[in-house]
Amino acid sequence: MIAPRNTRAIVGQPTPLIDGIEKVMGTAKYTADLPAADALVGRILRSPVSHARIRAIKTEAARALPGVRAVITGADCAATYGVLPIAMNEYPLARDTVRYRGEPLAAVAAMDAETADAALKLIRCEFDTLPAYYTADAARAPDAVALHADKPGNIERAVHHRFGDVEAGFAQADLVREHVYTCAEVAHAQMERNAALVEYDPARDHLTIWSTTQVPYYVHLMLARCLEMEASRIRVVKPFVGGGFGARVETLNFEIIAALLARAAGGKVFLSLSREETFLTHRGRPETKIHIKLGMTRDGRLTACAAEVVQRGGAYAGYGIITILYAGALLQGLYDLPAIAYDGVRVYANLPPCGAMRGHGSVDVRFAFESLLDGMARELGLDPFAVRRANLLAAPTETLNGLRIESYGLGECLDWVERASLWRDRRGRLGPGRGLGMACSHYVSGAAKPIHWTGEPHAVVHLRLDFDGGVTLLTGAADIGQGSSTVMAQAAAETLGIHLDRVRVVAADSMLTPKDNGSYSSRVTFMVGNATIDAARALRAHLVAAAAERLGVVETEIEHENETFFAAGGDGPALSFAAVAQAALAREGGAITTKGSFTCPVEFQGGKHKGGAVGATMGFSYAAQVVEVAVDHETGLVAVEKVWVAQDCGFAINPLAVEGQIQGAVWMGMGQAIGEETRYEQGLAVHGSFLDYRVPTIIESPPIALHIVESLDPNGPFGAKEASEGALAGFLPALTNAIADALGLEIDTLPVTPDRILEALAQRQRAERLAKIREEVA
Amino acid sequence: MERDQRSPRAKIRAFRLNGRAREILVADSRLLIDTLRETLGLTGTKHGCDGGECGACTVLIDGRPRLACLTRTEECEGHDVETIEGFAEQGRMSRLQRAFHERLGTQCGYCTPGMILAAEGLLRRDPAPDAAAIRAALAGNLCRCTGYVKIIEAVADAARGVP
Repeated sequence: MIAPRNTRAIVGQPTPLIDGIEKVMGTAKYTADLPAADALVGRILRSPVSHARIRAIKTEAARALPGVRAVITGADCAATYGVLPIAMNEYPLARDTVRYRGEPLAAVAAMDAETADAALKLIRCEFDTLPAYYTADAARAPDAVALHADKPGNIERAVHHRFGDVEAGFAQADLVREHVYTCAEVAHAQMERNAALVEYDPARDHLTIWSTTQVPYYVHLMLARCLEMEASRIRVVKPFVGGGFGARVETLNFEIIAALLARAAGGKVFLSLSREETFLTHRGRPETKIHIKLGMTRDGRLTACAAEVVQRGGAYAGYGIITILYAGALLQGLYDLPAIAYDGVRVYANLPPCGAMRGHGSVDVRFAFESLLDGMARELGLDPFAVRRANLLAAPTETLNGLRIESYGLGECLDWVERASLWRDRRGRLGPGRGLGMACSHYVSGAAKPIHWTGEPHAVVHLRLDFDGGVTLLTGAADIGQGSSTVMAQAAAETLGIHLDRVRVVAADSMLTPKDNGSYSSRVTFMVGNATIDAARALRAHLVAAAAERLGVVETEIEHENETFFAAGGDGPALSFAAVAQAALAREGGAITTKGSFTCPVEFQGGKHKGGAVGATMGFSYAAQVVEVAVDHETGLVAVEKVWVAQDCGFAINPLAVEGQIQGAVWMGMGQAIGEETRYEQGLAVHGSFLDYRVPTIIESPPIALHIVESLDPNGPFGAKEASEGALAGFLPALTNAIADALGLEIDTLPVTPDRILEALAQRQRAERLAKIREEVA
Repeated sequence: MERDQRSPRAKIRAFRLNGRAREILVADSRLLIDTLRETLGLTGTKHGCDGGECGACTVLIDGRPRLACLTRTEECEGHDVETIEGFAEQGRMSRLQRAFHERLGTQCGYCTPGMILAAEGLLRRDPAPDAAAIRAALAGNLCRCTGYVKIIEAVADAARGVP
């Protein structure tokens, strides 16, 4: 079914992004770049308290200010919203109770920014404060007040999964070790601040929103729900979007607020959040504590795994239930694990809600797993590569929790990074303060079961051919910089045997494009890619039929490449694409539109246990990486000198973009590992700028050498799987394993800041001195 | 624009913008980024942070990289201001624009104009920078997509004149 790489003209070729020229020319229009001179300016009033009953919000003075066109509060929207139909417990503007500092209380639309700011200052709020909880432990204390009445103990979701005989597994082990790891909360910190432009037409009761979203479909659903409008009266357009990484999967409060303001004002509203507000609306990776226990035989075979995971999710549900399920489900699917116990708890706290971030749910748990695995290898005198190789899976297979694995290139990834990093020659010989560490990771190519189970396909693509000979590809998929539109154009052009620039992509405009479930869980290449091939095959059938008629041969004899159609054998006359297209249009009665779709078969949709759909996918990506560090004993500074990473992405439809995605994922893992952390003081976000939330600059960013492994997944488009999340998680433990190699210190808390290194060194020194003193006394 | 004209402190300021002599009425203390984006409609200069943190609004003033979000428009009087819109030569990409496009030095593209202007400032003072010089010159420009690897490759390629 899958042809060898060298027969492909377009897929498999490094291809600059089809929308890249606009980006380098500065002509790409992001939401804040759209013409809005006639728009009112929106502003949000945010809560100064962490947890309180709202006694009153007085807006009369603000409404009376000249230039103010609308003031709204929680009283203006009684509908909840949320990404999961089973857990919509958030209001766009707080009603009755406010649950985190920074939560929107009221919003204003005014003639200009100064008036809007002045109006916010005139709004008076009265609160009856409630106890507030900023840690999972405090929120779970026996006497803690519940943030949500239906969730006693502030437990959003507890998961208890058992697969295989865990006790027997630990009993068979030669070595059993357990340890607690802690990871700070981190945020996506995408470069474009959140913004929405909304135009409401009161005469027709129509609303159009342009927003910084990764899932226009969810925005559409939530606006219809919160504004109680028929969905057909709403149009959602995604302009260029400046990164997402999961921040923009959920519909966010500002999008609904901007729409409510526009309707209240009867016009157009532009609402742009500051960087600080964008951090408050972050939906990042939660603070996570992982108590993990592994059993291992003397030769490195894993016998059992038990993990207890606590995530501090913030004040509202968001994606929380999915995140805590992912954390358990994706313990599996990387190695052969005979028995697993997973106990996860997602806890509410009085902080901005967390959500999905690149590597959703898997990253912090993978850090703990691979760190403990490495420590145990050290104890048994085994090489880290040997331990991983002792536990490889063999595809096709199915994990204990029902995850199907059809392709598995982890072994090749290990081989390449071991060789490229000169691991065998260099490890342990780099000199003081220097070390090499490695780790593996994986991720899904799209969730096999969509959140909104409507019975429709997972992806639909339309292709249109008209008199000009251009092929227009219509997709709801949101390109947010990852290059999905380019992949779709390549897949269509390859299937049709036409030049890439003949395909033009119209994406993510609900008035024109078929619904797409959005850019999350690395689903687009796999699902929309397959739907594109399906649509292109249907269009090709029309072209082949027309060519066969013109050439007077049967359709099965028609071959095509490089925009020419000819009868098999190749000696007869050839028809140009233009001629065949014209013939097809005449034959079909004008412009031809074809539809392609893709559906994940039910047997890929996960185990039968509760929550079993989470983690299920049609294809897992696999990655291995080696990290080289240099640690300064005096300052505690960790410098990442170089990374070698290999990833099995099935097949690289666009190797240039795959490289960019893998490098970006590794680097984002580095940011989390060495410095990123959202911090709150009594609920006040004190990280709300790029000076306080330290994403790595170019100075501390290392060279990243990479290798693409192509395992050719039997179900992926051209064999492709995901490429942009799988390599992230591995960086964290590869770094701490490298630090263990460099200093002999096993770091269990992220980020690895200089003060944590110095503290660990000082502790070790104290312990050594103490031992010496005791020796002397004895 | 309406606000500028109402303001008693608005003055006519003359400067050169992307090679063209301009006179505009602008309020005192109005930030250059607002003048460019809102008054002149040049939205290629991006707003990524709350002031001086990310480099997305980097422009060239007299050939040197400056942050438009920390520059008052009146400071530009009598100076040459260059933005991303001024770089295409008769609609064709400059060497840096071409290299960023072809080497994927841009993913989401939001940091890209600022990144290209900071790199242009570097290449004007150091036509053959090594990786360390490229890193130093772009240290004030954050990118969240690329890990900077392909940005460094793009700048190096542009400097070498690799087609």
